[in-house]
Amino acid sequence: MTKNLRVKSSKLVDETYRISFKFNGTTYYGFKGDTLASALLANNIHLVGRSFKYHRPRGIMTAGSEEPNAIVQLHNGTSRTEPNVRATEIEIYEGLVASSQNCWPSVKFDIGGINNFLSPLLPAGFYYKTFMWPASFWEKYEYFIRKSAGLGKSPEVPDPDIYEHKYIHCDVLIIGAGISGIIAAKTAAKNGFKTLLVEEKSYLGGSTIYQDSEFFKINNQSTASWLEKEINEIKKIENLEIKTRTSVAAFHGYNFLLARENLIDHLPLEQRENKTRQKLLKIRAKKVITATGSIERPLIFDNNDRPGILLSSAVKKYADLFGVACGEKNILFTNNDSAYETAISLIQKGIKVQAIIDNREEVDSKLIKETEKNNIKIYKGYTIVDTFGYKRINSVSIMKLSQDGQKVIGSKENISCDSLGISGGWTPAVHLFTQSGGKLKFRNDDQVFIPNTYPSNQISIGSCNGDFTLDEILMNALKLLKEFLNIKKTEYENIELYSAFNKSKRNIWLLPSNKIVGKTKSFVDFQNDATAKDIKLALREGFRSIEHVKRYTTTGMGTDQGKLGNMHALGIISETASSKMGELGTTTFRPPYTPLTFGTIVGRNVGKYFDIIRKTPIHEWHVKNKAEFENVGQWKRAWYYPQNGENMHQAVQRESKAARDSAGILDASTLGKIDIQGTDASEFLNRVYTNAWSKLEIGKCRYGLMLNEDGMVYDDGVTTRLDENHYIMTTTTGGAATVLNKMEDYLQTEWPELDVYLTSVTDHYATISICGPNSKKIIQKVIPEIDLSDKDFPHMSFKNSKIGKMKCRVMRISFTGEQSYEINIQANYAKSVWENCMEAGKEFNITPYGTETMHLLRAEKGFIIVGQDTDATMTPIDLQMDWIVSKKKFDFIGKRSLYRSDTIREDRKQLVGLITDNPKEILEEGAQIVADINKTPIEMLGHVTSSYFSPNLNKSIALGVIKGGKNMMGQKLIIPMEKKLINVTVTDPVFLDKENKRLNA
Amino acid sequence: MFLINCPFCGEREQSEFKAGGEAHIVRPKQPTELSDDQWAEYLFMRKNIKGIQFERWNHIHGCRKWFNMVRDTSNDEIKAVYKMGEKPPVK
Repeated sequence: MTKNLRVKSSKLVDETYRISFKFNGTTYYGFKGDTLASALLANNIHLVGRSFKYHRPRGIMTAGSEEPNAIVQLHNGTSRTEPNVRATEIEIYEGLVASSQNCWPSVKFDIGGINNFLSPLLPAGFYYKTFMWPASFWEKYEYFIRKSAGLGKSPEVPDPDIYEHKYIHCDVLIIGAGISGIIAAKTAAKNGFKTLLVEEKSYLGGSTIYQDSEFFKINNQSTASWLEKEINEIKKIENLEIKTRTSVAAFHGYNFLLARENLIDHLPLEQRENKTRQKLLKIRAKKVITATGSIERPLIFDNNDRPGILLSSAVKKYADLFGVACGEKNILFTNNDSAYETAISLIQKGIKVQAIIDNREEVDSKLIKETEKNNIKIYKGYTIVDTFGYKRINSVSIMKLSQDGQKVIGSKENISCDSLGISGGWTPAVHLFTQSGGKLKFRNDDQVFIPNTYPSNQISIGSCNGDFTLDEILMNALKLLKEFLNIKKTEYENIELYSAFNKSKRNIWLLPSNKIVGKTKSFVDFQNDATAKDIKLALREGFRSIEHVKRYTTTGMGTDQGKLGNMHALGIISETASSKMGELGTTTFRPPYTPLTFGTIVGRNVGKYFDIIRKTPIHEWHVKNKAEFENVGQWKRAWYYPQNGENMHQAVQRESKAARDSAGILDASTLGKIDIQGTDASEFLNRVYTNAWSKLEIGKCRYGLMLNEDGMVYDDGVTTRLDENHYIMTTTTGGAATVLNKMEDYLQTEWPELDVYLTSVTDHYATISICGPNSKKIIQKVIPEIDLSDKDFPHMSFKNSKIGKMKCRVMRISFTGEQSYEINIQANYAKSVWENCMEAGKEFNITPYGTETMHLLRAEKGFIIVGQDTDATMTPIDLQMDWIVSKKKFDFIGKRSLYRSDTIREDRKQLVGLITDNPKEILEEGAQIVADINKTPIEMLGHVTSSYFSPNLNKSIALGVIKGGKNMMGQKLIIPMEKKLINVTVTDPVFLDKENKRLNA
Repeated sequence: MFLINCPFCGEREQSEFKAGGEAHIVRPKQPTELSDDQWAEYLFMRKNIKGIQFERWNHIHGCRKWFNMVRDTSNDEIKAVYKMGEKPPVK
């Protein structure tokens, strides 16, 4: 039954260029310039999908981005597949493969259609009401709900396309290239503004570009031919950039906008290779002119969703722009003059109009008179009460409206048709305006929301500003433009306008029927199957706020965000609840205006460019020596170096043993390093660390603990006094940036009187740490000139030295509890120094170790790791580190908080050591610690923070935090795991070398 | 996204800045002499105003300087920016 409904060649469609495409497995033909929707309609296909909830057959309803029904899956099963693409927007190309969504086994026979007959059982809030209890059944319910929910299928393989981000700065941005946008662009550009004009469609001119009749004229020409000349002119203006297929997704504050520019989606697949698919434009404009036009409203009546029912403006557009008839027997149903514009277009092209049903009684309109001349039957004061035809509309029944429009009277009449165009007037597209923070006002005359107050340097012009007739649009736009651009006159001062459009409208939000509301299916949100009945039910159940009704009924929550029906939902609420439209407010319009692909949002930040990767200057050596890496912040740190098929545990045990028995070497370059200089440097350290710094001698190092003002441990590290007024501070790897920022904050805002300068030097120096009983011998070989005697170079001291000609700093400090030296060297020499150390250490079996071994070694010694053994609730007292908190200092950051009523509680969680009764049992980090398992609810005393098997002690060791742990030494506790209970004893957190013999050896 | 006029660098994108909470809260000179309540007032209590709010901002990906801002939180209008230590130019 394939017919050709192509009626007349048009400007947009090139009939000499035939394109084949597939829809639901069948090959069809269209022409270059067609959208998928226009090509399907030309092949007499209306049924393209099934609705979300009731699986009702649905057809193409609009001709633009507001489309709720005709959303399809492209290239299903391939890497380029894309769900929920609007058939009204996708331009066809050779090789296009599209299929229907939300139906099984096919769009023509869909099992889910049974929901339509079950609809009395599926009211608003169905899921909330039905799946409440028993709570334990939720998982079972969820399985079925998930299966039936969702529209298209997401791709299962990586997106092969390239996406980019681009910043654009301009004086004037104009959104929308309809007639208002075009004159605005020309006026702005000709007055010297650097102007950008963006248009979501592939062509310029909006709906005016196909308005070719004697009823609308500019300077005595048809509006289409006048505008075409204007377009040709603006294309030549140098400081005007025009971007088509570019849709503004978001309008943020301070005139910052995001737009998606579609570059290749209209090209055949083989022409897309190595080309950028879409660009996300980040636009900052000094001035923004919104000219986004308006969206035609549907009418809300029983069964208003059948395939074959379209907006009247869409019927006109398919005929005028694409040369396609939506049917051979058309009916139009309207409450205003717009449908007559459609009728006149159809008549011009020889497409049959059966009848026009108009809510209004007698109206004096030139357009109606012209229609009547063509012997078209017009039913004035009538409404449609029902429609028929399952997969395609085949007839409507109509009845006379009562005087007040609340009832239908008289007898029913049936009229047959194969297409129905509906027009409920126009809704200004204010979405972007409100996103920017603009406030709307309600205009009672024609029941529309229009822009009221502007939050930034912007205006709205044209029909998105509530001007709907040609003369209003242009006159108001020109007046607004002159003010906004601060110019005296435009080149349109003497323009002559003629419009036959009569503005009268009979607005009835929910049209009456001879059935009661409960028996009708009058769709308000077509995609989500929200009906007038659902909205009324929500109100009966007590919902009042528009935002609540929206979520309860899912009105406006589809991929189309309710561009068609939101106003009717508001109208029905207002009528039912007897509240005023303007006072109800509107739901919030959120970005994006139309959906964006994830590819566009992330741009080039994919794969290895997803985040910055920081590598130490010794990184390549680690890679060559087969290190496994761990991410620490953005850093890649060597984790462990498996040899001969070792697993992590085996490698770490070997490395740990070697470090204590002979020598280990660690790349510690990632530790934060902050250079601190100035005459008040010592005083500054006194204030940021808990311990005292004034008396630290030059050449000595000290461990410091830094708190937040709330007394909680923030960071730790060793700081070395290089000179009288010069220190170098080390921070944790992850804390480097925040510590610097915090110190800068205090310096700039609290203590500006201090003479201190902070410089991050983390990347400038590499740090090589060698520990173990043989570390001294190795360092001596690498740096022969240095005196390493314990007397001259004791633990916690520092020396300047040289390796060959390279200056270096050597610190004798230890995070492992072993005798240990750190060489700090200019980063670009680090790899060769590391290799020197490896060579020098060969005879001592020097063993490179990674972060895991470092963690194990420090745990043996009971050293904390900030962020692992602490969270933001541990004070130094909780850590049993009272020794580092100066009692004498007048003040330091966090001091006062250490004796708040909460921080001095005895039963705070405190750091302790844990030894398992079974020395082979290794605890899980994060495991809960309890005392009594018989009393329920079982009291949780704390948790394990660090846990390892120590090869040096040959037993399992752990650190944990326990309420009142300080006073629980020797106590037996229990760690309940899924299948067993582990018995542990609370101990001191220092497991090895309490006397520090090894450090000073 | 705001366009912020850094008092040291001029107009820059918001993404270069970090917000730092309420402005003009002075750290007590002698914290040890404060009661728990007084210290808690300094430490925890912050205003959350709909309307004119005084805020600290840091040009963290720029000159790294801290400065103050007067912002109307109801419409995000930035009324003024001024350097640390200066008096707010608007009330």
